Amino acid sequence: MSYVIPKESYTGKVLSFDFGKDDRAVTVGGENTLPFLSFEGQQPSRPVIACEIQDCPPDDWPDTVKEAYKDVSGDPVAWARHCQDVLNAKAIALRLLSTHPDRDDRSAEDAAGTVRDVLAAVDVPLVILGSNHIEKDSTVLVAAAEAASGYNCIIGKAQEGNYKTIVAAALAHNHKLIAMSELDINLAKQLNILITQMGFSKEKLITDPMCSALGYGLEYTYSVMERIRLAALAQNDPTMQPPILGDVGMYVWKIKETVAPEADVPEWGTLRERGIAWEAITATAMLLAGTNLLIMRHPAAIETVEKTIDELV
Amino acid sequence: MALTGIQIFKLLPKTNCKKCGFPTCLAFAMKLAQGGVELSACPDVSEEAKKTLGEASAPPIRTFDLGTGEKAVKIGGETVLFRHEKKFVNPCALALNVKDSLSDGELAEKASEVASSEIDRVGQKLRVDAVCVEYASGDAARYEAAVRLVAEKAPEAAVILNCKDAAAAGAAVKAVEGRKPLLYGADDGNAEAMAAVAKAHGVPLVACAEGPGALSALTEKIRGLGVEDIVLDSGAKTAKEIIEHNTQIRRSALKKNFKPLGYPVINSVLRDDPLFEASVASVAIAKYASIVILGSIEKWKNLALFTLRQNLYTDPQVPMQVEQKIYEIGEPGADAPLMITTNFSLTYFIVSGEIENSRVPARLAVMDCEGLSVLTAWAAGKFTAAKIAQFIKESGVENRISHKELILPGQVAILSGALEDKLEGWKITVGPREANAIPTFLKNRA
Ligand code: SF4
Repeated sequence: MSYVIPKESYTGKVLSFDFGKDDRAVTVGGENTLPFLSFEGQQPSRPVIACEIQDCPPDDWPDTVKEAYKDVSGDPVAWARHCQDVLNAKAIALRLLSTHPDRDDRSAEDAAGTVRDVLAAVDVPLVILGSNHIEKDSTVLVAAAEAASGYNCIIGKAQEGNYKTIVAAALAHNHKLIAMSELDINLAKQLNILITQMGFSKEKLITDPMCSALGYGLEYTYSVMERIRLAALAQNDPTMQPPILGDVGMYVWKIKETVAPEADVPEWGTLRERGIAWEAITATAMLLAGTNLLIMRHPAAIETVEKTIDELV
Repeated sequence: MALTGIQIFKLLPKTNCKKCGFPTCLAFAMKLAQGGVELSACPDVSEEAKKTLGEASAPPIRTFDLGTGEKAVKIGGETVLFRHEKKFVNPCALALNVKDSLSDGELAEKASEVASSEIDRVGQKLRVDAVCVEYASGDAARYEAAVRLVAEKAPEAAVILNCKDAAAAGAAVKAVEGRKPLLYGADDGNAEAMAAVAKAHGVPLVACAEGPGALSALTEKIRGLGVEDIVLDSGAKTAKEIIEHNTQIRRSALKKNFKPLGYPVINSVLRDDPLFEASVASVAIAKYASIVILGSIEKWKNLALFTLRQNLYTDPQVPMQVEQKIYEIGEPGADAPLMITTNFSLTYFIVSGEIENSRVPARLAVMDCEGLSVLTAWAAGKFTAAKIAQFIKESGVENRISHKELILPGQVAILSGALEDKLEGWKITVGPREANAIPTFLKNRA
């Protein structure tokens, strides 16, 4: 028996877009193969990692990751500059967390101001995230989209309960958009359809099927992403062809494994490495399932995953 | 790949002699295709037909044990490329690499690390399964001594002998024969000698070649030499080679029924930086390795890799369940709120995640409802007032808290009256319908 390389050729292809401006713009998506299988297709753009910052001090982050930004995290502008200039981040994800009614309940205008300040301070592409409060996001993200007009950002997340106003704002100010649903391929598909029915191009969408941390439902996210990617490639389903987002950091840096000190759980080993490994491995698994854009927090985890991507592309 | 009745019929004597108990060879063939009878019922079947039919009915990826005893792990036997299609069957083994050039003290220490690596995670005992001794000294006597020492200090771990010198390998295999070591490995140059050692001692053998094509030629050769339990090393070093080779190998075995690659795969992911090694190891774990060789096994790394392996090898068709108990989130005091939900793991992850987000310490009573979500469990009669009352009483949570208030998921608000009757002296509060409203709910109470 002689060996023949078992290649699949797919009729479908993942859509691609760029975000950011001029020579700092970054492209995501565009592959016509399952992740990293260069023997049968092309993956023209390297997965991108956006370094996460927020508009208020990260009091709720565990020490391991808080420590990494302790000199800059009091000010989103300093924090963004640090990510760009010191950490060489290729993109930044700004989370407008202080607008959440349970946090500082800051106004949409305040948030727009922060967006303007950050955009003025850095050149790398920006992802602008709300606080994940359905009602509040629908005003905050509208103001943020306007403030970022002309900067070709990714804004989100548009969810079933608030997508209309956010889609309209992304359309009006020419941004890319995150469509987020909760761990169900049919919900992801349905939301993409609803958004495109408003006249928003599917070529400007990125799907967030909801991330989960290693040990806390990772396998659900992994399989939903794999199924979305197979639908895009093998079934050539246009509603499933936008690239995929993995919002890793916020799910990882709250669970027990990234918080519990070694003294409490000696069998788990050192806390710092444990937390960083948790984020890096969660992110690596997401890449293998089809993620095109990762949002991550710890510089050492980002560096590790960049090294793995170096080997994978 | 199963043969059809017609394909089997073509291999039978076609004499319709009825000795098999069927009126015709065709009737027998049809029954055989359905798996209702054994081929041996036909006394006149040719040797060639036996061979063809035997091969066709063998599973596409061979399965065998790595190691011996209670902690032996099954490797191979996978049936799908994607875990949503069907459960990944045999979780990949993790192995620590040690060089025989280390001092005895260092070797003993590393072997003990393997021996004591077991941790419990959501009810499963997880461990580093094997130790791989690399022949780096160039001294056969040293190698044998090192192998003996490591095997003794890690008495339950599987032993992998990474040695291409057939004489040194032979002596080492003999020294730990009772442990059924995996011999690693045979290449184009030493295949005959290594196969002879593997055959003589009845141990599995790794075939090592550059790329799946060369590897398939080598496994055919080794099989021809009488070794059946083979492990594949395609020479993959980078993460890309791992994912590409392993995908090609699994696709060949499953989709093309290509027997020369129908074996479990071994990948070595040694990197100087242990974090980077952990990330590359996760590529191998997710993408089809049956054995992953690591350069270091820090506790934090083990926990993360064990968890990934456990996550990916869960059955996607059976809803994952978490253990029934009272979970404490954020060091709750005696007056902290007590909430209840079902043990569907996704429900648990989302609810506990939102309680964490609220930063209000609380207790979460997770009740065994066979892995159903709240509404489904209620509809199925598993999350009823009587059962909840019984669970709360038996849990002993009453002795740990200073109040008697239980927060019920909003979706089953209908149960609150009945529950107040059944749980005497308790106040039942109806909580939010959706988990994402939990932080606001808890904060407004505080
Ligand atoms: S015993 Fe064999 S040859 Fe005879 S009828 Fe059955 S299958 Fe045919």
